[in-house]
Amino acid sequence: MASGENSGSAGDYISHHLVNNTQELVEGSSFWTINADSVFYTILLAVIYLLFFRSVAKKATAGVPSKTQNFVEMILGFINTQVNDVFTGSSKLVAPMALSIFIWVWLMNFMDLLPIDLVPWLGTLVGIEYMKIVPSTDLNIVFGMSFGVMLLVFYYSFTVKKPTVLGYLKEFVTHPFAANGWLGKILLAGPNLFLNLVETLAKPVSLSLRLFGNMYAGELIFILIAVLTVNYTFSDFFTAGGIMVSVMQFILAFVWAVFHILIITLQAYIFMMLSVVYMNMAHETHEDH
Amino acid sequence: MSINATLIIQMLVFFAVIWITMKYIWPVILGAMQEREQKIADGLAAGDRAEKELQRAKAKVDTLIIEAKEQAGQIKDQANQVANKVKDQAKSDALAEKERQLAAAAAEIEQQANRAREQLRQQVAALAVAGTEKLISKEVDAKKHAQLLDELIAEI
Repeated sequence: MASGENSGSAGDYISHHLVNNTQELVEGSSFWTINADSVFYTILLAVIYLLFFRSVAKKATAGVPSKTQNFVEMILGFINTQVNDVFTGSSKLVAPMALSIFIWVWLMNFMDLLPIDLVPWLGTLVGIEYMKIVPSTDLNIVFGMSFGVMLLVFYYSFTVKKPTVLGYLKEFVTHPFAANGWLGKILLAGPNLFLNLVETLAKPVSLSLRLFGNMYAGELIFILIAVLTVNYTFSDFFTAGGIMVSVMQFILAFVWAVFHILIITLQAYIFMMLSVVYMNMAHETHEDH
Repeated sequence: MSINATLIIQMLVFFAVIWITMKYIWPVILGAMQEREQKIADGLAAGDRAEKELQRAKAKVDTLIIEAKEQAGQIKDQANQVANKVKDQAKSDALAEKERQLAAAAAEIEQQANRAREQLRQQVAALAVAGTEKLISKEVDAKKHAQLLDELIAEI
Protein backbone atom coordinates (compact mmCIF):
# COMPACT_ATOMS: atom_id res chain seq x y z
CA MET A 1 0.00 0.00 0.00
CA ALA A 2 2.89 2.32 0.57
CA SER A 3 3.91 4.60 -2.16
CA GLY A 4 7.35 5.89 -2.76
CA GLU A 5 6.09 8.15 -5.50
CA ASN A 6 4.37 10.63 -3.24
CA SER A 7 6.75 12.33 -0.94
CA GLY A 8 4.46 15.20 0.03
CA SER A 9 2.66 15.57 3.34
CA ALA A 10 -0.03 13.15 4.48
CA GLY A 11 -2.67 15.80 3.79
CA ASP A 12 -1.52 16.17 0.24
CA TYR A 13 -1.55 12.43 -0.20
CA ILE A 14 -5.11 12.11 1.08
CA SER A 15 -6.57 14.97 -0.93
CA HIS A 16 -4.68 13.73 -3.94
CA HIS A 17 -6.50 10.44 -3.67
CA LEU A 18 -9.90 12.05 -3.28
CA VAL A 19 -9.87 14.13 -6.42
CA ASN A 20 -11.32 13.02 -9.69
CA ASN A 21 -9.57 13.45 -12.98
CA THR A 22 -11.88 15.95 -14.64
CA GLN A 23 -12.17 16.92 -18.26
CA GLU A 24 -14.12 20.04 -19.22
CA LEU A 25 -16.54 19.51 -22.07
CA VAL A 26 -17.48 23.16 -22.22
CA GLU A 27 -14.78 25.67 -21.38
CA GLY A 28 -15.26 27.18 -17.94
CA SER A 29 -18.49 25.31 -17.16
CA SER A 30 -18.41 23.42 -13.91
CA PHE A 31 -21.43 21.34 -14.84
CA TRP A 32 -20.33 20.37 -18.33
CA THR A 33 -17.25 18.62 -17.13
CA ILE A 34 -16.92 14.91 -16.72
CA ASN A 35 -14.99 12.88 -14.22
CA ALA A 36 -13.00 11.01 -16.82
CA ASP A 37 -11.74 8.34 -14.40
CA SER A 38 -15.22 7.55 -13.04
CA VAL A 39 -16.76 7.44 -16.48
CA PHE A 40 -13.96 5.27 -17.82
CA TYR A 41 -14.08 2.73 -15.00
CA THR A 42 -17.84 2.59 -14.75
CA ILE A 43 -18.16 1.89 -18.46
CA LEU A 44 -15.27 -0.56 -18.35
CA LEU A 45 -16.94 -2.49 -15.53
CA ALA A 46 -20.30 -2.40 -17.29
CA VAL A 47 -18.67 -3.82 -20.40
CA ILE A 48 -16.92 -6.54 -18.38
CA TYR A 49 -20.20 -7.45 -16.72
CA LEU A 50 -22.16 -7.48 -19.96
CA LEU A 51 -19.56 -9.41 -21.94
CA PHE A 52 -19.15 -12.03 -19.23
CA PHE A 53 -22.86 -12.60 -18.72
CA ARG A 54 -23.57 -12.42 -22.42
CA SER A 55 -20.94 -15.06 -23.15
CA VAL A 56 -22.55 -17.29 -20.55
CA ALA A 57 -26.00 -16.58 -21.97
CA LYS A 58 -24.84 -17.49 -25.47
CA LYS A 59 -23.52 -20.84 -24.31
CA ALA A 60 -26.38 -21.40 -21.85
CA THR A 61 -27.75 -24.87 -22.09
CA ALA A 62 -30.65 -26.59 -20.41
CA GLY A 63 -28.50 -29.68 -20.17
CA VAL A 64 -25.59 -30.12 -17.79
CA PRO A 65 -24.25 -26.59 -17.16
CA SER A 66 -20.59 -25.69 -17.22
CA LYS A 67 -18.99 -24.42 -14.04
CA THR A 68 -19.21 -20.83 -15.26
CA GLN A 69 -22.84 -21.23 -16.19
CA ASN A 70 -23.50 -22.83 -12.85
CA PHE A 71 -21.92 -19.86 -11.08
CA VAL A 72 -23.95 -17.36 -13.08
CA GLU A 73 -27.11 -19.38 -12.56
CA MET A 74 -26.46 -19.35 -8.84
CA ILE A 75 -26.39 -15.53 -8.87
CA LEU A 76 -29.45 -15.36 -11.09
CA GLY A 77 -31.35 -17.84 -8.98
CA PHE A 78 -30.50 -15.93 -5.83
CA ILE A 79 -31.60 -12.59 -7.29
CA ASN A 80 -34.70 -14.13 -8.84
CA THR A 81 -35.75 -15.50 -5.45
CA GLN A 82 -35.11 -12.17 -3.73
CA VAL A 83 -37.06 -10.25 -6.36
CA ASN A 84 -39.96 -12.68 -6.28
CA ASP A 85 -40.09 -12.39 -2.50
CA VAL A 86 -40.15 -8.61 -2.46
CA PHE A 87 -41.79 -7.65 -5.72
CA THR A 88 -45.43 -8.65 -5.86
CA GLY A 89 -46.23 -7.54 -9.38
CA SER A 90 -45.08 -9.08 -12.61
CA SER A 91 -42.55 -7.19 -14.64
CA LYS A 92 -39.90 -8.15 -17.12
CA LEU A 93 -37.90 -5.13 -16.02
CA VAL A 94 -37.39 -5.54 -12.29
CA ALA A 95 -35.34 -8.73 -12.10
CA PRO A 96 -32.87 -7.75 -14.87
CA MET A 97 -32.59 -4.35 -13.20
CA ALA A 98 -31.77 -6.04 -9.90
CA LEU A 99 -29.15 -8.25 -11.54
CA SER A 100 -27.53 -5.31 -13.36
CA ILE A 101 -27.41 -3.21 -10.21
CA PHE A 102 -26.07 -6.00 -8.04
CA ILE A 103 -23.25 -7.09 -10.32
CA TRP A 104 -22.33 -3.65 -11.59
CA VAL A 105 -22.31 -1.98 -8.19
CA TRP A 106 -20.41 -4.91 -6.76
CA LEU A 107 -17.77 -4.57 -9.45
CA MET A 108 -17.53 -0.82 -8.81
CA ASN A 109 -17.14 -1.48 -5.10
CA PHE A 110 -14.64 -4.22 -5.79
CA MET A 111 -12.27 -1.65 -7.30
CA ASP A 112 -11.83 -0.54 -3.71
CA LEU A 113 -10.01 -3.77 -2.93
CA LEU A 114 -7.31 -3.22 -5.52
CA PRO A 115 -4.13 -1.85 -3.95
CA ILE A 116 -4.81 1.81 -3.62
CA ASP A 117 -1.81 3.12 -5.50
CA LEU A 118 -1.35 0.31 -8.00
CA VAL A 119 -3.65 1.41 -10.80
CA PRO A 120 -2.94 5.15 -10.46
CA TRP A 121 0.76 4.31 -10.51
CA LEU A 122 0.25 2.34 -13.73
CA GLY A 123 -1.65 5.41 -14.95
CA THR A 124 1.32 7.66 -14.34
CA LEU A 125 3.38 5.38 -16.55
CA VAL A 126 1.14 6.21 -19.52
CA GLY A 127 0.95 9.89 -18.64
CA ILE A 128 -2.21 10.13 -16.55
CA GLU A 129 -1.28 12.16 -13.49
CA TYR A 130 -3.97 11.03 -11.05
CA MET A 131 -7.22 9.16 -10.97
CA LYS A 132 -9.83 7.68 -8.66
CA ILE A 133 -10.51 4.11 -9.58
CA VAL A 134 -13.58 3.42 -7.43
CA PRO A 135 -16.58 4.80 -9.33
CA SER A 136 -18.96 4.31 -6.39
CA THR A 137 -17.00 6.86 -4.36
CA ASP A 138 -18.05 9.47 -6.91
CA LEU A 139 -21.31 11.25 -6.04
CA ASN A 140 -22.14 11.65 -9.71
CA ILE A 141 -22.06 7.93 -10.26
CA VAL A 142 -24.24 6.96 -7.30
CA PHE A 143 -26.72 9.78 -7.99
CA GLY A 144 -26.76 8.81 -11.63
CA MET A 145 -27.84 5.32 -10.66
CA SER A 146 -30.35 6.30 -7.99
CA PHE A 147 -31.98 8.88 -10.28
CA GLY A 148 -32.01 6.18 -12.92
CA VAL A 149 -33.85 3.91 -10.50
CA MET A 150 -36.33 6.66 -9.66
CA LEU A 151 -36.98 7.34 -13.35
CA LEU A 152 -37.64 3.64 -13.81
CA VAL A 153 -39.99 3.76 -10.83
CA PHE A 154 -41.90 6.66 -12.39
CA TYR A 155 -41.93 4.93 -15.74
CA TYR A 156 -43.13 1.72 -14.17
CA SER A 157 -45.86 3.35 -12.10
CA PHE A 158 -47.09 5.12 -15.21
CA THR A 159 -47.12 2.01 -17.38
CA VAL A 160 -48.52 -0.36 -14.79
CA LYS A 161 -51.10 1.80 -13.06
CA LYS A 162 -51.71 3.79 -16.21
CA PRO A 163 -52.75 6.84 -14.20
CA THR A 164 -53.39 10.09 -15.87
CA VAL A 165 -50.95 12.80 -14.99
CA LEU A 166 -53.74 14.46 -13.09
CA GLY A 167 -54.45 11.30 -11.13
CA TYR A 168 -50.79 11.01 -10.28
CA LEU A 169 -50.70 14.58 -9.02
CA LYS A 170 -53.91 13.97 -7.14
CA GLU A 171 -52.23 11.13 -5.29
CA PHE A 172 -49.57 13.63 -4.25
CA VAL A 173 -52.03 15.88 -2.43
CA THR A 174 -54.45 13.29 -1.02
CA HIS A 175 -52.00 10.91 0.62
CA PRO A 176 -50.95 9.97 3.24
CA PHE A 177 -53.56 12.15 5.07
CA ALA A 178 -57.02 11.69 3.65
CA ALA A 179 -60.11 13.72 4.49
CA ASN A 180 -63.71 13.38 3.47
CA GLY A 181 -64.91 16.98 3.29
CA TRP A 182 -63.65 19.41 0.66
CA LEU A 183 -62.42 21.77 3.37
CA GLY A 184 -60.37 19.02 4.97
CA LYS A 185 -59.01 18.09 1.59
CA ILE A 186 -57.85 21.58 0.91
CA LEU A 187 -56.34 21.94 4.36
CA LEU A 188 -54.46 18.65 4.06
CA ALA A 189 -53.28 19.21 0.50
CA GLY A 190 -50.35 21.33 1.61
CA PRO A 191 -48.93 18.91 4.20
CA ASN A 192 -49.55 15.98 1.87
CA LEU A 193 -47.73 17.61 -0.96
CA PHE A 194 -44.83 18.49 1.31
CA LEU A 195 -44.55 14.98 2.73
CA ASN A 196 -44.77 13.35 -0.66
CA LEU A 197 -42.14 15.66 -2.12
CA VAL A 198 -39.82 14.89 0.77
CA GLU A 199 -40.46 11.19 0.39
CA THR A 200 -39.89 11.26 -3.35
CA LEU A 201 -36.67 13.17 -2.96
CA ALA A 202 -35.48 11.20 0.04
CA LYS A 203 -35.66 7.92 -1.78
CA PRO A 204 -32.94 8.50 -4.39
CA VAL A 205 -30.85 10.61 -2.04
CA SER A 206 -30.78 8.02 0.71
CA LEU A 207 -30.31 5.22 -1.81
CA SER A 208 -27.25 6.80 -3.36
CA LEU A 209 -25.75 8.39 -0.25
CA ARG A 210 -25.85 5.10 1.62
CA LEU A 211 -23.70 3.46 -1.03
CA PHE A 212 -21.53 6.53 -1.47
CA GLY A 213 -20.94 6.96 2.26
CA ASN A 214 -19.92 3.38 2.81
CA MET A 215 -17.61 3.25 -0.16
CA TYR A 216 -16.12 6.68 0.48
CA ALA A 217 -15.46 5.85 4.11
CA GLY A 218 -13.94 2.51 3.18
CA GLU A 219 -11.74 4.14 0.62
CA LEU A 220 -10.73 6.79 3.11
CA ILE A 221 -9.68 4.17 5.62
CA PHE A 222 -7.55 2.47 3.00
CA ILE A 223 -5.96 5.84 2.30
CA LEU A 224 -5.36 6.48 5.99
CA ILE A 225 -3.73 3.06 6.34
CA ALA A 226 -1.59 3.85 3.33
CA VAL A 227 -0.59 7.16 4.89
CA LEU A 228 1.31 5.31 7.64
CA THR A 229 4.33 4.87 5.43
CA VAL A 230 3.69 7.60 2.90
CA ASN A 231 6.85 9.59 3.57
CA TYR A 232 9.14 6.62 3.94
CA THR A 233 12.20 6.44 1.82
CA PHE A 234 13.48 3.05 0.82
CA SER A 235 15.95 2.83 3.73
CA ASP A 236 13.26 3.80 6.27
CA PHE A 237 11.64 0.39 5.83
CA PHE A 238 14.68 -1.26 7.35
CA THR A 239 14.79 0.66 10.61
CA ALA A 240 13.24 -1.03 13.65
CA GLY A 241 10.31 1.39 13.72
CA GLY A 242 9.91 1.15 9.97
CA ILE A 243 9.54 -2.60 10.04
CA MET A 244 7.01 -2.37 12.83
CA VAL A 245 4.91 0.26 11.06
CA SER A 246 5.11 -1.64 7.80
CA VAL A 247 3.95 -4.87 9.41
CA MET A 248 1.18 -3.01 11.21
CA GLN A 249 0.15 -1.36 7.98
CA PHE A 250 0.06 -4.68 6.23
CA ILE A 251 -2.07 -6.27 8.95
CA LEU A 252 -4.45 -3.30 9.10
CA ALA A 253 -4.87 -3.17 5.35
CA PHE A 254 -5.38 -6.92 5.18
CA VAL A 255 -8.00 -6.98 7.94
CA TRP A 256 -9.83 -3.99 6.50
CA ALA A 257 -9.77 -5.52 3.02
CA VAL A 258 -11.23 -8.78 4.31
CA PHE A 259 -13.89 -6.86 6.17
CA HIS A 260 -14.47 -4.75 3.11
CA ILE A 261 -15.31 -7.82 1.03
CA LEU A 262 -18.39 -8.11 3.22
CA ILE A 263 -19.20 -4.41 2.94
CA ILE A 264 -18.97 -4.17 -0.83
CA THR A 265 -21.25 -7.19 -1.24
CA LEU A 266 -23.67 -5.95 1.40
CA GLN A 267 -23.86 -2.47 -0.12
CA ALA A 268 -24.43 -3.83 -3.60
CA TYR A 269 -27.15 -6.07 -2.19
CA ILE A 270 -28.79 -3.22 -0.27
CA PHE A 271 -28.77 -0.97 -3.34
CA MET A 272 -30.36 -3.74 -5.35
CA MET A 273 -33.00 -4.62 -2.77
CA LEU A 274 -34.01 -1.01 -2.14
CA SER A 275 -34.40 -0.47 -5.87
CA VAL A 276 -36.69 -3.48 -6.02
CA VAL A 277 -38.60 -2.25 -2.97
CA TYR A 278 -39.10 1.17 -4.59
CA MET A 279 -40.35 -0.52 -7.73
CA ASN A 280 -42.75 -2.54 -5.62
CA MET A 281 -43.98 0.60 -3.87
CA ALA A 282 -44.69 2.11 -7.26
CA HIS A 283 -46.65 -0.99 -8.09
CA GLU A 284 -48.81 -0.84 -5.00
CA THR A 285 -52.01 1.12 -5.26
CA HIS A 286 -53.16 3.58 -2.66
CA GLU A 287 -56.81 3.01 -3.24
CA ASP A 288 -57.34 1.22 0.04
CA HIS A 289 -56.67 4.41 2.06
CA MET B 1 -16.62 16.60 -5.69
CA SER B 2 -19.31 18.47 -7.51
CA ILE B 3 -22.28 17.32 -9.49
CA ASN B 4 -21.51 17.48 -13.18
CA ALA B 5 -22.25 15.82 -16.49
CA THR B 6 -20.85 12.53 -15.22
CA LEU B 7 -24.25 12.00 -13.59
CA ILE B 8 -26.04 12.16 -16.93
CA ILE B 9 -23.55 9.84 -18.57
CA GLN B 10 -23.87 7.39 -15.71
CA MET B 11 -27.66 7.49 -15.94
CA LEU B 12 -27.58 6.74 -19.65
CA VAL B 13 -25.08 3.92 -19.18
CA PHE B 14 -27.28 2.61 -16.37
CA PHE B 15 -30.30 2.43 -18.66
CA ALA B 16 -28.23 0.84 -21.40
CA VAL B 17 -26.88 -1.81 -19.04
CA ILE B 18 -30.37 -2.63 -17.78
CA TRP B 19 -31.76 -2.72 -21.29
CA ILE B 20 -29.07 -5.09 -22.53
CA THR B 21 -29.50 -7.28 -19.47
CA MET B 22 -33.24 -7.33 -19.97
CA LYS B 23 -32.94 -8.10 -23.65
CA TYR B 24 -29.97 -10.40 -24.07
CA ILE B 25 -28.93 -11.84 -20.71
CA TRP B 26 -31.69 -12.37 -18.19
CA PRO B 27 -34.30 -14.15 -20.34
CA VAL B 28 -31.71 -16.38 -22.00
CA ILE B 29 -30.11 -17.70 -18.82
CA LEU B 30 -33.35 -17.87 -16.87
CA GLY B 31 -34.97 -19.63 -19.83
CA ALA B 32 -32.23 -22.25 -19.77
CA MET B 33 -32.70 -22.66 -16.01
CA GLN B 34 -36.45 -23.04 -16.29
CA GLU B 35 -36.10 -25.41 -19.21
CA ARG B 36 -33.77 -27.55 -17.13
CA GLU B 37 -36.18 -27.46 -14.20
CA GLN B 38 -38.94 -28.53 -16.55
CA LYS B 39 -36.78 -31.33 -17.92
CA ILE B 40 -35.94 -32.57 -14.45
CA ALA B 41 -39.59 -32.44 -13.42
CA ASP B 42 -40.55 -34.29 -16.60
CA GLY B 43 -37.84 -36.85 -15.98
CA LEU B 44 -39.01 -37.46 -12.44
CA ALA B 45 -42.62 -37.71 -13.57
CA ALA B 46 -41.60 -40.13 -16.32
CA GLY B 47 -39.69 -42.17 -13.75
CA ASP B 48 -42.77 -42.34 -11.53
CA ARG B 49 -44.93 -43.27 -14.48
CA ALA B 50 -42.51 -45.98 -15.56
CA GLU B 51 -42.42 -47.31 -12.02
CA LYS B 52 -46.21 -47.51 -11.94
CA GLU B 53 -46.35 -49.09 -15.35
CA LEU B 54 -43.77 -51.62 -14.28
CA GLN B 55 -45.90 -52.50 -11.27
CA ARG B 56 -48.96 -52.81 -13.46
CA ALA B 57 -47.10 -54.95 -15.98
CA LYS B 58 -45.78 -57.15 -13.19
CA ALA B 59 -49.28 -57.64 -11.82
CA LYS B 60 -50.53 -58.38 -15.33
CA VAL B 61 -47.75 -60.87 -15.87
CA ASP B 62 -48.62 -62.57 -12.60
CA THR B 63 -52.27 -62.91 -13.52
CA LEU B 64 -51.31 -64.09 -16.99
CA ILE B 65 -49.02 -66.73 -15.54
CA ILE B 66 -51.75 -67.92 -13.18
CA GLU B 67 -54.26 -68.02 -16.05
CA ALA B 68 -51.81 -69.84 -18.25
CA LYS B 69 -51.14 -72.37 -15.51
CA GLU B 70 -54.87 -72.92 -15.10
CA GLN B 71 -55.34 -73.32 -18.81
CA ALA B 72 -52.41 -75.68 -19.01
CA GLY B 73 -53.96 -77.76 -16.22
CA GLN B 74 -57.29 -77.80 -18.01
CA ILE B 75 -55.66 -78.77 -21.26
CA LYS B 76 -53.71 -81.51 -19.53
CA ASP B 77 -56.88 -82.84 -17.93
CA GLN B 78 -58.71 -82.71 -21.22
CA ALA B 79 -55.82 -84.45 -22.95
CA ASN B 80 -55.81 -87.11 -20.27
CA GLN B 81 -59.52 -87.58 -20.67
CA VAL B 82 -59.22 -87.79 -24.44
CA ALA B 83 -56.30 -90.19 -24.15
CA ASN B 84 -58.24 -92.36 -21.74
CA LYS B 85 -61.25 -92.27 -24.01
CA VAL B 86 -59.11 -93.15 -27.02
CA LYS B 87 -57.44 -95.91 -25.06
CA ASP B 88 -60.78 -97.29 -23.89
CA GLN B 89 -62.17 -96.96 -27.37
CA ALA B 90 -59.17 -98.77 -28.83
CA LYS B 91 -59.44 -101.43 -26.17
CA SER B 92 -63.11 -101.97 -26.77
CA ASP B 93 -62.58 -101.84 -30.53
CA ALA B 94 -59.86 -104.44 -30.27
CA LEU B 95 -62.05 -106.59 -28.05
CA ALA B 96 -64.94 -106.29 -30.48
CA GLU B 97 -62.64 -107.11 -33.37
CA LYS B 98 -61.32 -110.05 -31.48
CA GLU B 99 -64.85 -111.26 -30.80
CA ARG B 100 -65.78 -110.70 -34.40
CA GLN B 101 -62.78 -112.55 -35.71
CA LEU B 102 -63.28 -115.30 -33.21
CA ALA B 103 -66.90 -115.55 -34.25
CA ALA B 104 -65.93 -115.51 -37.92
CA ALA B 105 -63.30 -118.18 -37.30
CA ALA B 106 -65.77 -120.25 -35.36
CA ALA B 107 -68.34 -119.88 -38.11
CA GLU B 108 -65.73 -120.81 -40.68
CA ILE B 109 -64.70 -123.80 -38.65
CA GLU B 110 -68.32 -124.74 -38.23
CA GLN B 111 -68.88 -124.34 -41.93
CA GLN B 112 -65.79 -126.32 -42.82
CA ALA B 113 -66.74 -128.98 -40.35
CA ASN B 114 -70.26 -129.16 -41.71
CA ARG B 115 -68.93 -129.30 -45.22
CA ALA B 116 -66.49 -132.04 -44.30
CA ARG B 117 -69.15 -133.87 -42.41
CA GLU B 118 -71.47 -133.62 -45.44
CA GLN B 119 -68.75 -134.80 -47.76
CA LEU B 120 -67.91 -137.59 -45.38
CA ARG B 121 -71.50 -138.56 -45.12
CA GLN B 122 -71.94 -138.60 -48.85
CA GLN B 123 -68.76 -140.53 -49.32
CA VAL B 124 -69.80 -142.94 -46.58
CA ALA B 125 -73.19 -143.24 -48.23
CA ALA B 126 -71.58 -143.84 -51.56
CA LEU B 127 -69.22 -146.31 -49.98
CA ALA B 128 -72.10 -147.96 -48.24
CA VAL B 129 -74.08 -148.07 -51.41
CA ALA B 130 -71.10 -149.42 -53.28
CA GLY B 131 -70.37 -151.91 -50.52
CA THR B 132 -73.95 -153.03 -50.35
CA GLU B 133 -74.06 -153.27 -54.09
CA LYS B 134 -71.10 -155.46 -53.98
CA LEU B 135 -72.63 -157.53 -51.20
CA ILE B 136 -75.99 -158.04 -52.61
CA SER B 137 -74.89 -157.38 -56.18
CA LYS B 138 -77.50 -155.82 -58.30
CA GLU B 139 -80.30 -156.67 -55.86
CA VAL B 140 -80.37 -153.25 -54.62
CA ASP B 141 -81.92 -150.81 -56.96
CA ALA B 142 -80.82 -147.34 -56.12
CA LYS B 143 -84.20 -146.07 -56.90
CA LYS B 144 -86.11 -148.68 -54.95
CA HIS B 145 -83.99 -148.47 -51.98
CA ALA B 146 -83.43 -144.78 -51.94
CA GLN B 147 -85.53 -144.33 -48.85
CA LEU B 148 -83.59 -147.00 -47.09
CA LEU B 149 -80.34 -145.44 -48.14
CA ASP B 150 -81.33 -142.04 -46.97
CA GLU B 151 -82.22 -143.39 -43.57
CA LEU B 152 -78.88 -145.05 -43.52
CA ILE B 153 -77.09 -141.89 -44.43
CA ALA B 154 -78.93 -140.02 -41.75
CA GLU B 155 -77.90 -142.51 -39.18
CA ILE B 156 -74.23 -142.19 -39.95
